[in-house]
Amino acid sequence: MSAKLETLSQNLQSHFGDKLKSLKLALGEVTIEVGADDYLSVMTALRDEPKFGFEELIDLCGVDYSTYGDGAWQGRRFAAVSHLLSIQNNSRLRVRVFAEDDEFPSVASVTGVWKSVNWFEREAFDLYGIAFVGHDDLRRILTDYGFIGHPFRKDFPISGHVEMRYDPDQARVIYQPVTIEPRENTPRIVREDTYGDPAHG
Amino acid sequence: MADIRNFTLNFGPQHPAAHGVLRLVLELDGEVVQRADPHIGLLHRATEKLAETRTWVQSVPYMDRLDYVSMMCNEHAYCMATERLLGIEVPERGKYIRTMFDEVTRILNHLLWIGCHALDVGAMTMALYTFREREDLMDAYEAVSGARMHAAYYRPGGVYRDLPDRMPQYQESTWTSAKKAKELNDNRSGSLLDFLEDFTNRFPNYHSEYHTLLTDNRIWKQRLVNVGVVTPERALQMGFTGAMLRGSGIAWDLRKKQPYAAYDKVDFDVPVGVNGDSYDRYLVRMEEMLQSNRIIKQCIDWLRKNPGPVITENHKVAPPPRESMKSNMEELIHHFKLFTEGIHIPPGEAYAAVEHPKGEFGIYFVSDGANKPYRMKIRAPGYVHLAGMDEMSRGHMIADVVTIIGSQDIVFGEIDR
Repeated sequence: MSAKLETLSQNLQSHFGDKLKSLKLALGEVTIEVGADDYLSVMTALRDEPKFGFEELIDLCGVDYSTYGDGAWQGRRFAAVSHLLSIQNNSRLRVRVFAEDDEFPSVASVTGVWKSVNWFEREAFDLYGIAFVGHDDLRRILTDYGFIGHPFRKDFPISGHVEMRYDPDQARVIYQPVTIEPRENTPRIVREDTYGDPAHG
Repeated sequence: MADIRNFTLNFGPQHPAAHGVLRLVLELDGEVVQRADPHIGLLHRATEKLAETRTWVQSVPYMDRLDYVSMMCNEHAYCMATERLLGIEVPERGKYIRTMFDEVTRILNHLLWIGCHALDVGAMTMALYTFREREDLMDAYEAVSGARMHAAYYRPGGVYRDLPDRMPQYQESTWTSAKKAKELNDNRSGSLLDFLEDFTNRFPNYHSEYHTLLTDNRIWKQRLVNVGVVTPERALQMGFTGAMLRGSGIAWDLRKKQPYAAYDKVDFDVPVGVNGDSYDRYLVRMEEMLQSNRIIKQCIDWLRKNPGPVITENHKVAPPPRESMKSNMEELIHHFKLFTEGIHIPPGEAYAAVEHPKGEFGIYFVSDGANKPYRMKIRAPGYVHLAGMDEMSRGHMIADVVTIIGSQDIVFGEIDR
């Protein structure tokens, strides 16, 4: 398996050269990072070149890196991460592209390359507010009609901003600010590398 | 010339054939579907966001509630992704137990699917037959985890506990006579493995009953043959996996191609369709049930002969046995840290996929080294299949929409997440 991954990474390196911002081989998976400008051309080549042959796009999701490592993150905030699958070569690849602008994140849409990405891009737009340029039907998909905000961003509280209830006086369903407090039972902790190592003292 | 306009019809969200809460906006020209626009998200619970606020083990039960008819397979993908990040191995017996229960789950899922699919298409009896068999398999779930559906039995590092030596028994009560209870307890006198073996011996007979009811049934064929045809090229383009892809003639099965758990050690075949229509997908799934039955048998044989640990002995991941926890300081500390703080997972990212009964179910994790995931993405097969609904139903009659939804094997728990 690892020989196959080596070949794939060499092929990627030689075919794309400088277009790859990084190439990582970890945990039996190959991850490449491309710039937003090269994204569409790289994805098209990944599908069309027989040595890659990624006919299927398995998944695309948004990631908000703003609180990664409790504030240690230096790079751009939003990324779109896709997982590709090649049936003919039986291999997988992860492609990450960071959106240039943190305020109005946008990357190119790959709906023209794989049709399956349509709803995944709508989902990433809905949940993270990443605009996919060239997508012809970029509506919200998972959240309610008329929902405000992008709920999976790290600055969106887990309890949300509004709650819905039936109001007997007005005899209709109304929205009101949430009345619950988010509660954290187990705090989130990032331990230093040497934690629990008796040799370290 | 009269002014003819397309008619827009709202299908669902409360339609019985919508399998939950699908709202489908259909644009019709007479009775012919011109465009289908599924509106999803009515069951959206933000599982992925919730997982970011839970420790790694606390999210396992959420997995059951994604695709709530194939619970353990969801857990399997979740546990595999955590194990990959941790770099730990599951003990051999744990792998076989997982393989066995994945296949039990596959039969459970396909039984519900064929029951509901037939019900939607107009064959009422099927549901009654399949729910009879589901009962036995649910009992197996109950025996092993205590819950009939939402098991939370798989854990990062293995499975929660070893298979039980005895099955739960029926008691005499006002509605169960002593004679009836004795009859029901007949195949429950031995261990779980005996019970499952008895089931695997009975199942081929049940399976042939389904074939008698449906396969050559004229109405069934009229409703399914040549409905929702997907060519292999389009199936790839639309990202189909699992039976949806195999029905179109592509022999792609993660259990064979990228084996996990003990699938490389068991013997089974992968059925493939020819025409890519709903009827072929029906045949593929029917055959998969028999293959699952075969795998379960092989796992039972292996599990009988090979006792051993079922969960990793790395106590930074899995809790120590209670006995040693009470007599040993280090185990006590491990136990305390695990239940107050949880597992710490090294920074990195991983994607693990299993051949779920519906297709490829994958979990993508981004970890920053904390005791909670930084980002979890669930790759649900039904989400992609439903996205192909528009293309599959175009040009078909409105009644075929129900057949297509049925043959896609849609469950909203995983689509809306």
